[in-house]
Amino acid sequence: MSQPLLTLDGLTKAYPGVVANDTVSFEIAEGEVHALLGENGAGKSTLVKMIYGLVKPDSGQMHLRGAPFQPAEPRAARADGIAMVFQHFSLFDALNVAENVALGMETPPPMRDLAHQIRTVSETYGLPLDPYRTVGDLSAGERQRVEIIRCLLQDPKLLIMDEPTSVLTPQEVEILFQTLEKLRSEGTSILYISHKLEEIRTLCDHATILRLGKVVGECVPRDTTAREMAEMMVGTALKTPERAGRDLGEVTLDISGLSVPAPSDFGTALKNLHLRVRAGEILGIGGVAGNGQDELLSVLSGEVTVEADAITLRGQPIGRLGPNARRDLGVLAAPEERLGHAAAPDMSLTENALLTGAVRRGLAKSGLINWAATRSFAQEIIAAFDVRTPGPGNAARSLSGGNLQKFVVGREILQEPDVLVINQPTWGVDAAAAAAIRQALLDLAAQGAAIICISQDLDELMEISDHFAALNEGRLSSARPTDGLSVDEIGLMMGGAHGMEVAHV
Amino acid sequence: MIRLEKRAEPSQAWSLATPLVAVLATMVVGGLLFGALGTNPVEAIRTIFWEPLFGEFAFYYRPQLLVKGAPLVLIAIGLSLGFRAGIWNIGAEGQYIIGALTGAGVALAFYPLDAWFIFPLMVIAGALGGCAWAMIPAILKTRFGTNEILVSLMLVYVAEQLLASMSLGLMKNPEGFGFPGSRNLQQYDSAHNAELFAGTGMHWGVVAALIAVIFAYVLLNRHMLGYQIRLTGEAPRAARFAGVKPARLVLFCLGMSGALAGLAGLFEVSGPAGQVSIDFNVGYGFTAIIVAFLGRLHPVGILLAGGLMALTYIGGEIAQSQLGLPAAAIQAFQGMLLFFLLALDLLTNFRPRIGQTREAV
Repeated sequence: MSQPLLTLDGLTKAYPGVVANDTVSFEIAEGEVHALLGENGAGKSTLVKMIYGLVKPDSGQMHLRGAPFQPAEPRAARADGIAMVFQHFSLFDALNVAENVALGMETPPPMRDLAHQIRTVSETYGLPLDPYRTVGDLSAGERQRVEIIRCLLQDPKLLIMDEPTSVLTPQEVEILFQTLEKLRSEGTSILYISHKLEEIRTLCDHATILRLGKVVGECVPRDTTAREMAEMMVGTALKTPERAGRDLGEVTLDISGLSVPAPSDFGTALKNLHLRVRAGEILGIGGVAGNGQDELLSVLSGEVTVEADAITLRGQPIGRLGPNARRDLGVLAAPEERLGHAAAPDMSLTENALLTGAVRRGLAKSGLINWAATRSFAQEIIAAFDVRTPGPGNAARSLSGGNLQKFVVGREILQEPDVLVINQPTWGVDAAAAAAIRQALLDLAAQGAAIICISQDLDELMEISDHFAALNEGRLSSARPTDGLSVDEIGLMMGGAHGMEVAHV
Repeated sequence: MIRLEKRAEPSQAWSLATPLVAVLATMVVGGLLFGALGTNPVEAIRTIFWEPLFGEFAFYYRPQLLVKGAPLVLIAIGLSLGFRAGIWNIGAEGQYIIGALTGAGVALAFYPLDAWFIFPLMVIAGALGGCAWAMIPAILKTRFGTNEILVSLMLVYVAEQLLASMSLGLMKNPEGFGFPGSRNLQQYDSAHNAELFAGTGMHWGVVAALIAVIFAYVLLNRHMLGYQIRLTGEAPRAARFAGVKPARLVLFCLGMSGALAGLAGLFEVSGPAGQVSIDFNVGYGFTAIIVAFLGRLHPVGILLAGGLMALTYIGGEIAQSQLGLPAAAIQAFQGMLLFFLLALDLLTNFRPRIGQTREAV
């Protein structure tokens, strides 16, 4: 290949207190799928924001096909043929696909022409999408297609994708990969950000690895093992969570025939749920986001109460009990949304320790709070789960996402639950911390707790859970042992890419 | 270009400094306003802030500070509990009126009996009356999801009609030669909320306000219920996760603020005002909203803010009579105070930066 498409040369960007990118240099060739690998906080986002014109580098140059390239704003970057699909979609639920696409354009063509263009592009690239459907009704995978088509209509030279598969089922991932292959064969370069190493090995031609803002390595993913890449990312040898052979005890938590109406217009109703967890068992619940995960957690945590008999703990009906009554009995939960649900952003870590710890830790006597005991509980969490913070007096929002997650998970685990329900335990957490959290869950199960782990990370679920079930549109498939479960079977349980029937096992 | 950057931690220093800076800014801009009206600005500011405390007639104005400050603090403390939790009781004025009516009603019912238990009974009746009036928006909100802001506000006008009806009808002084208004409770010893020490302005309402400040401080800082109130205001979803029952909190916050406003009304009607009359209410219930925010919803802050507000009221009156400043100018001056406070409040959570605009990280 003669001239590279995009050359980055010594890009540096510092924020107060942290150097996000330190003299980062690499090249993206024409028609190449280039992976950008790194832990959270390694500087991947800052780097692509510089390429996309959202952030200005402090020093260093970029060259696009040999010409100096300094986009002042995203519009300039788009004009030069750079397009980006963000991790979080910016779509309006109430508008249809074509209207959403038109909103992102400088001079949108008449709606009928645009709809035609959308159809053409979607057929060419194998991304089935009806331009007149309302976005609110689309699955996450379909929403992502809207974003991709929006980019493809600009005919980009470089397509940046930020963690595109985190919300997709395995089948949807396959469709996406076919699209990306086709784009590559037409000469479009793709900058692919992910931490899912197996994906990168199947898809990418070249990988650049960032750690703490610096380029620490390059490799050809096909010739490198996932473990080697992970160790380059983390900088040390990775500890794989150990899973001791476990004996499952009595059924601890039992849900039979639970139905709950949707809490809001865009929520999901839970339909006829059956679920059983034994002492010492980790039940993994997979499924694409928005299929009832939040609702299931609320029902289990007691935020939403149901008929008494619908949920039983060791035979005792607990459906009507609120969160604190359930905590008293040993049923704890850690919600997905850390800021605003699991923790109050502007309150200190001490105050956040009190949030769920008051009952089991006896932090309040006849209503009066024992702040000294609460502070030492917070310190205990910080020490045990390696939460990086100056101290328990700091506000929850001052912590990075991963650190706060460690705090939230630690807060529940240190209360020695009999049943722990946890949603997305390692979402946004770096590899080393994720391994620590998984290990803590495994240890907790080994001590005889029953754990329900809701996650969208299938690798994680396969790694730690004994049984696997999938949520699809508020329905839960029956649980199957994870040993010997194939990716295809999991995909079918999750509902597949085209709304295939849930497998009845 | 000035940009605002969110601070990782709310700034402690600014949170303490803002009220002071706001008062200073109000003095400067208010001075300009008074200057533009043709008054010597330094003289005007001195009259408002100095005269009531250390002037020639301070012996008369100082007790007035307590008389005006006490109901403001008492009501604002109650309101602040709800405001912290995002429960907006705007109708303290109405609860204040109803508290005065129920309290005075007890006194008038026992008249002319001379007994020690009448005043305590009036206190209880005043608190219950205010509480009951606030329960109307509370129950409507928890049962039917109505907006407590609208309901509580509109109930102020209902209460005002009730006040007029009472002072012209049921509670009218039978020996009052046909004038509207009830018997004067100042002349009924068992019901009179007299000064505890003559000439100090110190009456039971002042004591109640101080107790309320201490009570609110302990509640918010040491008690689970106060923690739940703060949690609900900062992160409602986290509060539900922590087991807070929103309906119970609405009932508690509205009930408590209603009771305190009712108490303020009772102490006023049985003391400084003396009687139920058509123009009994002078807007304490609304001004207390400003006091609550001026005191940043913190009990001690409210105590100071109540004093400051009373000072600008009394100082403003002096400035009106001595310097001939229009009443509207004084009101604008008080408005500025709240404006600057809220504007400067931004600095607690944001840091201004001067420089070229950049997209945030």
